[in-house]
Amino acid sequence: MIRGESLSKTFGDIQAVKPLDIHIREHGITAIMGGSGSGKTTLLRLLSGLEKPSSGHVWFASEDLGRIPERRLFKLREQMGMVFQYSALLNSLDVYGNVAFPLHEHTNLDEEIIRRIVMMKLEQVGLRGFEHLMPSELSGGMAKRVAFARAMAMDPRVVFFDEPTSGLDPISAGVITSLIHDTVRKAHMTAVVVTHDVHAGLSIADHVILMWQGAIIASGSPDDIRASEDERVRQFIEGRPDGPIPFSRSTRPYLDDLLGTQP
Amino acid sequence: MQNYKRIEITVGIFVFLGLLSAGWMAIKLGQVGGLGEQGYELRAVFDDVGGVRSGSDIMMAGVVIGRVKDVHILDNRKAEVVMRINDDVRIAEDAFASIRTKGIIGDRYIRITQGMEETFLADGDEIEETESALNIEDLVSKYIFSGKE
Amino acid sequence: MNPTGFLTPFFAFFGRLGRRFLMFLQAMGDATVLSANALSHLLRRPWQGRHFVMQLHALGVDSLVIIIITGAFTGMVLALQGYYTLAKFGSESLLGAGVALSIIRELGPVLGAFMVIGRAGSSITAEIGIMRVTEQLDALQMMAVNPKARIILPRIVAATIALPLLVAIFDVIGIAAGYLVGVELLGVNPGAYVAEMMAKITAHDLNGGWVKAIVFGFMIGVICTFMGYRSEPTTEGVARATTQAVVIASVGVLMVDYILTSFFL
Repeated sequence: MIRGESLSKTFGDIQAVKPLDIHIREHGITAIMGGSGSGKTTLLRLLSGLEKPSSGHVWFASEDLGRIPERRLFKLREQMGMVFQYSALLNSLDVYGNVAFPLHEHTNLDEEIIRRIVMMKLEQVGLRGFEHLMPSELSGGMAKRVAFARAMAMDPRVVFFDEPTSGLDPISAGVITSLIHDTVRKAHMTAVVVTHDVHAGLSIADHVILMWQGAIIASGSPDDIRASEDERVRQFIEGRPDGPIPFSRSTRPYLDDLLGTQP
Repeated sequence: MQNYKRIEITVGIFVFLGLLSAGWMAIKLGQVGGLGEQGYELRAVFDDVGGVRSGSDIMMAGVVIGRVKDVHILDNRKAEVVMRINDDVRIAEDAFASIRTKGIIGDRYIRITQGMEETFLADGDEIEETESALNIEDLVSKYIFSGKE
Repeated sequence: MNPTGFLTPFFAFFGRLGRRFLMFLQAMGDATVLSANALSHLLRRPWQGRHFVMQLHALGVDSLVIIIITGAFTGMVLALQGYYTLAKFGSESLLGAGVALSIIRELGPVLGAFMVIGRAGSSITAEIGIMRVTEQLDALQMMAVNPKARIILPRIVAATIALPLLVAIFDVIGIAAGYLVGVELLGVNPGAYVAEMMAKITAHDLNGGWVKAIVFGFMIGVICTFMGYRSEPTTEGVARATTQAVVIASVGVLMVDYILTSFFL
C-alpha cells in the first residue's frame, strides 16, 4: 500500500528520521510507536506526503509522493484522510461545515446528498445534533471525533492518525481507539496510527513499528513486540524510567562539569 | 448560506461607496479623463513664463476661464504654453496673453486681454501677441541703470 | 594580550549587523516567493471568488468605521492647524487647497494604511499563525486544498483592492470635515475655500494618491500573510509574528511612501 525506501528527513542539523525502509500493509492498522522526539510524527508526515523526504522515496499506489507535482498529489489525497494531533478543525466553519468541507471541495454532489453523508458520519462518531457548534465550543474529545468524521467523509483508502488519544481523558481516548478499530475493520481501510500510548497501540494494531532516535528498532505483530527480548522495547512497553533509553539528555555528565574534569 | 448573502451585500455597498468617493474626487477635483475634460486648446509662445506650470489659472477680466495644460521648451529657446479654455469663452484673434502674478509673491497666472477683431481663435490656434513675466529683479536693475545714465 | 582586543565589540557589532541584514534579505526573498506562488493561482482554477469576497468584508467593511472616524478627525485637525498657519500670512483662502492636498497626496494613503494594518493586518497574521499552530494549514493540504491559493491569495488581493477604496472614503470624509471646520467654525469664505481647492488639485495629485494606496494595500497583504505563514508554530511565535507584522508593515509603508513621493512629486 505505502512503501518507504531508504527514507530520511533532516531539519537543519537534526536528523529526525534516519534512512529506513518501511512497508504499510493494506487492510489493517499499523501502529508506529515511540517516545517523544523519536521521529514517529515526522515519519507519518513523510508517508502522507506532507513533508518531502531529504532522501529516499515514498511509494503510494506506485507514485512517488515526494516527487510528483502538486496536482497529482492532490488527486491522490482524495484517497487519504488524516486526523491531526490537535484535530485541526477549520475554526471559521461549524461542525457541519468541517465534515462537509472535503465533499464541497472535491465533489459535485447536491447539498441534500452531502447533508445525508455528513449526518451519517456524525452519527457514526455519536455527534449528530451537534452540527451547528463551532470548533471553539467543542471539548477535546468531541473535536477529535469531528476530525475523525471529516477524515472519513470521502471514504478514503488510507487514514493517518497523529496521536489520536493524546490529551484526552481515558474514556474519550477509549472511544477514539474503538472508533478507529471498528471503522477500519468494517470498511476494510488501511490505517496508520502514530501514538505513544502503548496500551492503545498494542490493542488495536495488526502490525507495530517501534522507533527510537529516528530509527526503527523493532517491528512485528503486537504479540511479537510483547514477547521481544530487546531491552529498549521492554523499557518502552513497560514504561520504566531506567534502561538503555536514557532519562538525561545532557551531552556531558554533570559530575564532570561540577568537578571541572575533562571526560 | 444566508450569512454569505449578507456579506456579499455589505461588500457590494462598500465597493460602491469607495468607487463613488473615488469618482467624485476624480471628476470634481481632478477634472480627470474624457468626461471632465472640456474646452478647447490654444497655444502661446513666451520668452519667459516665470514659473507658470500645468494647472496654473488662465484669467480674463479677473475671471478664471481655463487652465494651463502643458508647458515646454520650444526650439531650445522659448517657452510654449498649451492652454485649455472653457468652451463658452471665445477669444479674438488679436487677443493678448501676459504672465502675471497674484499679489506680489503669489502664484503666476496667464492673463488674456480680449482683442477687437471679430474672428475668433479655434482649437489648436496660437495667440500671437504675448508678454513675458514681469521680473522684479529686472525692474530693479532697470531702475538702477536708468539712474546711472 | 591581543593589541586589537578593544576592537572585539565592534567586530561583534558588525557581525550581528551583517547577520541581521542577511536574515532580512532571506525573509524578503521568502516573502517574494510565497506571494508569487500564491499569485500564480490568481487565474487558475479553482476560482477563489467567495473567499475573496469574505476577505474584502474582513478588510474593507470591518475597517470602515475606523476609517471614517480617523478621516473626519484628520480633516478637522488639518483645517485647524492650517488656519493657524495660513492666517499669519493672510492667506486663509488657501485652507481648502491645503487640507485637500495634504489628505489626498499623503495622509489619506498613509493613515488609511496604518488603520488597516492595525485593524485587519494584525488579525490576518494572527489568524494564519493560529492556523499554522493548530495544523489547519496541514489539514487543508491533506484535504487537497492549497493553502497558498485558499488562504494567502484572497487576502493579498483583497488588501490591494480594499485599501484604495478605503482611502477614497477617507479622503472624501476628511475633505468634508475640513470644510465644516474651516467654513462653519473658522469662518473662511466658502466660495474661496472650494474654488482654491478645485483649482489647486490636479489629476496628477489624485493619481499619486491612488498609486500609493494600491502599493500600500499590496504590501500589507504580502507582509501580514507572510509573517503569519512563517510564524513559529507556538503561541509565543504567533504573538511575536503579529507584533512584527505590524511594525514591519508600518515602517515599510513610511519608507515606500518616501520613495513613491519622490517619484510622483
